Amino acid sequence: MQFDTPATTNPIDQLKVVGKPIPRIDGQLKTTGRAMYAYEWHDPKLSYAYGYPVGASIAKGRINSMDVSAAKKAPGVIAVVTAPEIGDRKKGKFNTVKLFGGDEVQHYHQAIALVVAETFEQARSAAALIKVSYTEEKGVFDLKEAMKTAVKPDEKQEPDTKAGDFQAAFASAPVTMEETYTTPDQSHAMMEPHASIAAWNGDAVSVWTSSQMIDWWRGDLATFLDVDKEKIHLMSPFIGGGFGGKLFLRVDAVLAVLGAQAAKRPVKVTLPRPLIMNNTTHRPATIQRIRIGAEENGKITAIAHESWSGDQPEGQPETAVNQTRLLYAGANRMTAMRLATLHLPEGNAMRAPGEAPGLMALEIAIDEMAEKLGLDPVEFRIINDTQVDPEKPERPFSHRDLIGCLKLGAEKFGWTGRGKPGARREGNWLIGTGVGAAFRNNMLLPSGARVRLGNDGVVTVETDMTDIGTGSYTIIAQTAAEMMGLGVDKVAVHLGDSRFPVSAGSGGQFGANCSTAGVYAACVKLREAVAQKLGFNSADVAFEDGQVRSGNRSVPLSEAAGSEGLVGEDTIEWGDLDKTHQQSTFGAHFVEVGVDVATGETRIRRMLAVCAAGRILNPITARSQVIGAMTMGAGGALTEELAVDTRRGFFVNHDLAGYEVPVHADIPHQEVIFMDETDPMSSPMKAKGIGELGLCGVSAAIANAIYNATGVRVREYPITLDKLIGGLPDVA
Amino acid sequence: MRAFTYERASSVEAAAQAAAGNREAKFIAGGTNLLDLMKLEIETPTHLIDVNGLGLDTIEATPDGGLRIGAMVRNTDLASHEVVRRDYGLLSRALLAGASGQLRNKATTSGNLLQRTRCPYFYDTNQPCNKRTPGSGCSAIGGYSRQNAVVGVSDACIATHPSDMAIAMRALDAVVETVKPDGSKRAIPMADFHRLPGDTPHIETVLEQGEFITAVVLPAPIGGKQIYRKVRDRASYAFALISVGAIIQPDGTGRVAVGGVAHKPWRVEAAEAELPKGARATASILLADARPTEQNRFKVDLVERALGAAIAEAKG
Ligand SMILES: Cc1cc2nc3c(=O)[nH]c(=O)nc-3n(C[C@H](O)[C@H](O)[C@H](O)COP(=O)(O)OP(=O)(O)OC[C@H]3O[C@@H](n4cnc5c(N)ncnc54)[C@H](O)[C@@H]3O)c2cc1C
Ligand code: SF4
Repeated sequence: MQFDTPATTNPIDQLKVVGKPIPRIDGQLKTTGRAMYAYEWHDPKLSYAYGYPVGASIAKGRINSMDVSAAKKAPGVIAVVTAPEIGDRKKGKFNTVKLFGGDEVQHYHQAIALVVAETFEQARSAAALIKVSYTEEKGVFDLKEAMKTAVKPDEKQEPDTKAGDFQAAFASAPVTMEETYTTPDQSHAMMEPHASIAAWNGDAVSVWTSSQMIDWWRGDLATFLDVDKEKIHLMSPFIGGGFGGKLFLRVDAVLAVLGAQAAKRPVKVTLPRPLIMNNTTHRPATIQRIRIGAEENGKITAIAHESWSGDQPEGQPETAVNQTRLLYAGANRMTAMRLATLHLPEGNAMRAPGEAPGLMALEIAIDEMAEKLGLDPVEFRIINDTQVDPEKPERPFSHRDLIGCLKLGAEKFGWTGRGKPGARREGNWLIGTGVGAAFRNNMLLPSGARVRLGNDGVVTVETDMTDIGTGSYTIIAQTAAEMMGLGVDKVAVHLGDSRFPVSAGSGGQFGANCSTAGVYAACVKLREAVAQKLGFNSADVAFEDGQVRSGNRSVPLSEAAGSEGLVGEDTIEWGDLDKTHQQSTFGAHFVEVGVDVATGETRIRRMLAVCAAGRILNPITARSQVIGAMTMGAGGALTEELAVDTRRGFFVNHDLAGYEVPVHADIPHQEVIFMDETDPMSSPMKAKGIGELGLCGVSAAIANAIYNATGVRVREYPITLDKLIGGLPDVA
Repeated sequence: MRAFTYERASSVEAAAQAAAGNREAKFIAGGTNLLDLMKLEIETPTHLIDVNGLGLDTIEATPDGGLRIGAMVRNTDLASHEVVRRDYGLLSRALLAGASGQLRNKATTSGNLLQRTRCPYFYDTNQPCNKRTPGSGCSAIGGYSRQNAVVGVSDACIATHPSDMAIAMRALDAVVETVKPDGSKRAIPMADFHRLPGDTPHIETVLEQGEFITAVVLPAPIGGKQIYRKVRDRASYAFALISVGAIIQPDGTGRVAVGGVAHKPWRVEAAEAELPKGARATASILLADARPTEQNRFKVDLVERALGAAIAEAKG
């Protein structure tokens, strides 16, 4: 199905199932432990061996030699696979650095060997016996130093944009601000470690893994192995979180496949937690400079946002300036990204890549500018709203209700009466409130699905879409149920299998809208097949309550299936509605914090997010996405930072004791309100993404609340107490 | 983790003897620290002596009005013990500020005292660390040292002792009772139990090879307002950046021990004399010899501020 004109009324608009607060259909499987995650697959007929990976102990250089003799002789060891022995392999499309093979070491904890043994413990203990001799090379690990030599990335990345004359407008603006902000390297820190099982059968291999994007992984694994894609069967039905860390093929899958080849047995490989931070990807640190000029009345006349980040050679910039291209009005503007070469582990996508760190900076800058203008920050944002792409005014937003979010949020939160910085105190707590705008684009990727109607009246959906904990199973079931006139109990959903039609996958908050639109398209096909089978004129057929109706004829859906069943399969493809219109999602975050007057410890007291993100397919799963993202943003604001050892070139705090994500005690009452809206430009579902919106702007709202509480403005994330106590009142 | 053999000790003496005869043996109590370190091959004992079944899990009154806490008493049981809560509030609060419910259910009194540092370099066997591999160097000096010690440090090591419980034990003047392999017993005041790193940061206490902790004894209660203030980045389940264990009497005198700043619970009796004058006067003596790094300089201020808050709280 080609989606190239705005959606009109369609069966989804009935909203009998879609839009309803239906609890996760896979919830029971998860709470009873029957949902099988990658490492847990267990066929009693198979005899699994266990692989334990070895990571490089240097950040850059070459392997001279590896002594694996002791490891090979260790109890239970079946095989040892080493990178030099495997040799250089072709790199997949989506990875910047190689995953495995050859003697070059590109970053700390890059995988250099796998030990396969009868038990996990034997493999782990043998892995420690491997001795490696390296020639170390000097690397560059410090972004602050490297930014001096940063270059403009290639034009494909759209590094620079401008409109009007920023320099002149900034120079003549009556009120200006200019500040630099930094965001640290962050780790996805998902609950489920990267894990894979591989089993060869002749020249074909089956891989159970934890992947957000089945087809991307399959393609890149085929490239690495230099085999036909068809030889690889990839399965990833349940995923314990990914946040972008499982978008691209990872080394656990590669090692499982190679280990299984060497051991001639199915092999299980998981990345030990201390390896994850340095072996896989992370959100790169940024240094951002923002300049804003405005008239006395608050109208922005000039806005500039520049960002520096680093990555491995051939890597990409963190696109931290992208939201500034679209979020606020202003006739004179420029953005620029510069990329430094760093030999830290690969930087890549993490939930709301670009937007999250970009808004961490921009939304503090807006707060600072509002203060300079003597305007309320909510009001300042409203004054500078735009309904068109400010760089290309001929492109309107498909639907944009940032103002609605800000106004409703301010009202529900009780924003008015907010005091001056450092003015409110309750006992030992300095109390402050803050606001930040949320903004994330809606992306469209093709997405396919197959729906099968059985003679039992059950509709089965098959798509390689993944459910990374987000609720894909449930919203896909709701979509098929709505289309076929059933309840979700009559829909079975099978996901995450490379034998199924290729979907959008899970990433960039495109999964929900695109994958359900793909299911919609397949259901349209199935409805046609049903109508045809029953001899109905498909234009006036209604699917309701398990019946197919046309005029005064009504037939149970199950009857239409016949003994063979009926199948509909299609892929949604997108026209240029996302080019003629800017499709984005919006929100407003309001936060109240308390800061301990003595110790500077910040504790969040309440959080509210108001989101305008098109049709909400399921308020329960959508709310979970938003509160989860707010939680992640709390970590980003207050604690999360991969500490770089700039001498040895690695992230030092590489476990969950050292890399502090929020715990329950950090997260207070969270409220989420969805604006009642649809966006017919986005898809037949009229929905947009929601999975990343909740993270965008929330950290800055927290930062702004801390400023309001203390009067101390911190521009370097995370805002830990050591950055505050110097500015707090005396207690001694 | 290396392969190891395992035995259940039949008595305290047998446990001590078994450990004395084998330098590669270790006692295992709750296992919450030791097993993690074994998995990473930071500890590589070839033999484990399980000391859980020796009846050392009781809390008894002593003749002079104190409490004898068996070495195997779990942190949860100790924190919730009626007498501890009533008379040694500092200890109960310090325990509850540590780790998580699940860990405290397993962690023991002796194991808690002997838990090892959380310096991140200690945990990465690729990195030089004098505590893990004597003579290899200290990565934290000149590296990521935000969590590390500011006082009592050496050129060989700037690690902290991470225990919350130990801070309370130090302020309460607890005494560690042990049995040596030859059967002799001794009582070690908390003040002397942990060592500063010096040139031998791998030697963390005064215990000898095979010496076994049987109990920790608290002297008779001393009253006062007992406050444990743990300061950390997140609200729970994190080690202290710094912590202050204070016992403040109605006349403003008292005791204070500080955590997260040194290789041992940090208490300076001379500083306590300044308590009636306030936090600044006290902290300036307490941390007079501080040698912080660029990254953890804030701890010096933070101790003073947290102590100030504790004194204010005690005054009510
Ligand atoms: C995730 C996590 C978070 C934590 N957070 C905190 C925190 O916030 N604050 C805090 O204070 N602690 C914290 N801890 C540490 C925890 O308190 C310790 O792991 C625990 O107290 C150790 O007790 P155990 O009985 O399990 O010791 P074990 O691991 O069994 O033993 C530790 C050491 O003591 C030796 N040993 C044990 N008993 C004896 C004995 N009777 N005689 C001689 N030697 C003995 C062992 O040989 C071993 O070397 C945390 C731990 C974890 C894993
Ligand atoms: S501070 Fe001590 S524990 Fe940390 S790296 Fe240095 S020697 Fe090792």
